[in-house]
Amino acid sequence: MKSQKEQFDEFLETLDKAVKEAKRAIKLPLIPDQKTGKLLWISNRELKLRYVLSIENIKEFFEGLLKGKVLASKCKLCMSIYFPPQNYCNKCKRSEMEWQELSDEGELLSFTKISVKPYSFSHLEDYIIGIARLKEGINILAWIDEKDVSKLKRGMKVKLKVIERSEEGYLTYGLIPEYSS
Amino acid sequence: MRKVGIIGVGHSKFGVRNDVNMNELVLESFKPAIDEANIDLEDISFLVVSNVGLWSSEELPAITIAEYLGLTGKGSMRIEAACASGSAALKVAHDMISSGEAEIVAAIGVEKMNESFTPNVVEIIGRAGNYFWEFENFGMTFPGYYAMYATAYMSEYGAREEDLGEVAIKNHFYGAKNPLAHFQKEITMEDYLKSKYVAWPIKLLDSTPISDGAVTVLLASEDAIRKIGSKDVVWIKSIGYSTDTSNLSKRSDFLSLEAARKAAEIAYKKASIDPSKITNLIDVAEVHDCFTIAEILAYEDLGFFKRGEGFLALREKQTYRGGKIPVNLSGGLKAKGHPIGATGLSMIGELTKQLKRQVEKSRQADIKKGWALAHNVGGTGHYAYVTLLSTEK
Repeated sequence: MKSQKEQFDEFLETLDKAVKEAKRAIKLPLIPDQKTGKLLWISNRELKLRYVLSIENIKEFFEGLLKGKVLASKCKLCMSIYFPPQNYCNKCKRSEMEWQELSDEGELLSFTKISVKPYSFSHLEDYIIGIARLKEGINILAWIDEKDVSKLKRGMKVKLKVIERSEEGYLTYGLIPEYSS
Repeated sequence: MRKVGIIGVGHSKFGVRNDVNMNELVLESFKPAIDEANIDLEDISFLVVSNVGLWSSEELPAITIAEYLGLTGKGSMRIEAACASGSAALKVAHDMISSGEAEIVAAIGVEKMNESFTPNVVEIIGRAGNYFWEFENFGMTFPGYYAMYATAYMSEYGAREEDLGEVAIKNHFYGAKNPLAHFQKEITMEDYLKSKYVAWPIKLLDSTPISDGAVTVLLASEDAIRKIGSKDVVWIKSIGYSTDTSNLSKRSDFLSLEAARKAAEIAYKKASIDPSKITNLIDVAEVHDCFTIAEILAYEDLGFFKRGEGFLALREKQTYRGGKIPVNLSGGLKAKGHPIGATGLSMIGELTKQLKRQVEKSRQADIKKGWALAHNVGGTGHYAYVTLLSTEK
């Protein structure tokens, strides 16, 4: 079966051909809508948008991934743990933070399986996302290493692990279900 | 604080509206609104435009709309509070009048989502959470966020997929009676159960469509209302508001939208209403059913039904016309459609007409006390607004 990306790309290709044809025939990028027959101007301009994000002030988190650790930030004054990590404690209104490795023991709070994917994920197979509560009381959202949603239950044990997203070649973290025998 | 009344509403047909551009779509709502209010363009001092955009081409929609309508020179801004943008626009327009800054303000909500293709729209809405920690690495989608609530709710309270289906069936039942709805077709439980998963346990028929639409609500001060001689005015009694965390992982249990609970609490308090008696006061409500689970959560967050019992109310048809509290007689977001920036004002427009007994007979609520409630959520409980309307000043 074709991936959602292949299907959409094929649709765009067909559209491009039709626009080219229209421009050749009538010198305008006008196409009637397939369903309604209303005349549409297919824009000649396409926006390719990729963000550049600063991580300088939480770079220890990424250094942690390289060592196989998932790190949270912790306020040295009130001991509040932040995940996702941030360099500022909004309870103390201070930026005196340190880093703490998160425990790998969690309990699944909820989960879903994404079938209709965003375009930028549409090259991938359907994936399961869960939210787990870790021993520290911190929640974490990540992919669950499982394809069959019926095997998962709210409250089941999961392990938090640094993993390589092999399809895309970079390090992130994931939740590994622990099935009781 | 001055009292603020609604003197005109207009509502475009919702749906895939590639027969009109954004300005023309707005006109479909603006023209009936100023005709009803019986005012001139000069009487309007400010237009607040709720629009999320990015999927549509105009980057300054408030400006292009003002130019088209002949309102250039008035004060204006565009407002974003995700799917609650319309309520946010109402709040700003209301406050400009109640504070004495303006006499008549136009709140205009518009979204033209079908200027982009579906995979791109899915992408853009999927980013409506926390970009780096939820989208960039894990590809969350909008139905995916609400699926987290559905999974937890069903597991905690023993609700079944069929219970979610009851919301879709009810809202399509009323959508079929609303000529402005995106979907004007009833569905059966069989249709619902056959529908494909988009984000398990959420199916296509649990979800709102990708809609285009526009709504105009004209607001005026008591003085202006007297001068114009408007009759049959619906008054804004209170607006409650709150927010919740960007990261879903920072929420506690996924069984309730805390922002909606807080917004309701504020709205009830401002209007001096006893929350335990809310269903005795309200004749009709519009709640934010972007996904079916959201309507069930709304019943509980607003105090219509006890926590964990919202789905049981549906089994007993308590939220149909003639039930304990009729909800979404417009068809809701589910069937009426959900043009993001227009939705909050669509609720206000619908409830104004309900209170004035001006909707189609087959979906008209029985108006006894003359009060109505709009519950408008932005994102996945990221923003929440609860507005109370009444025919009494």
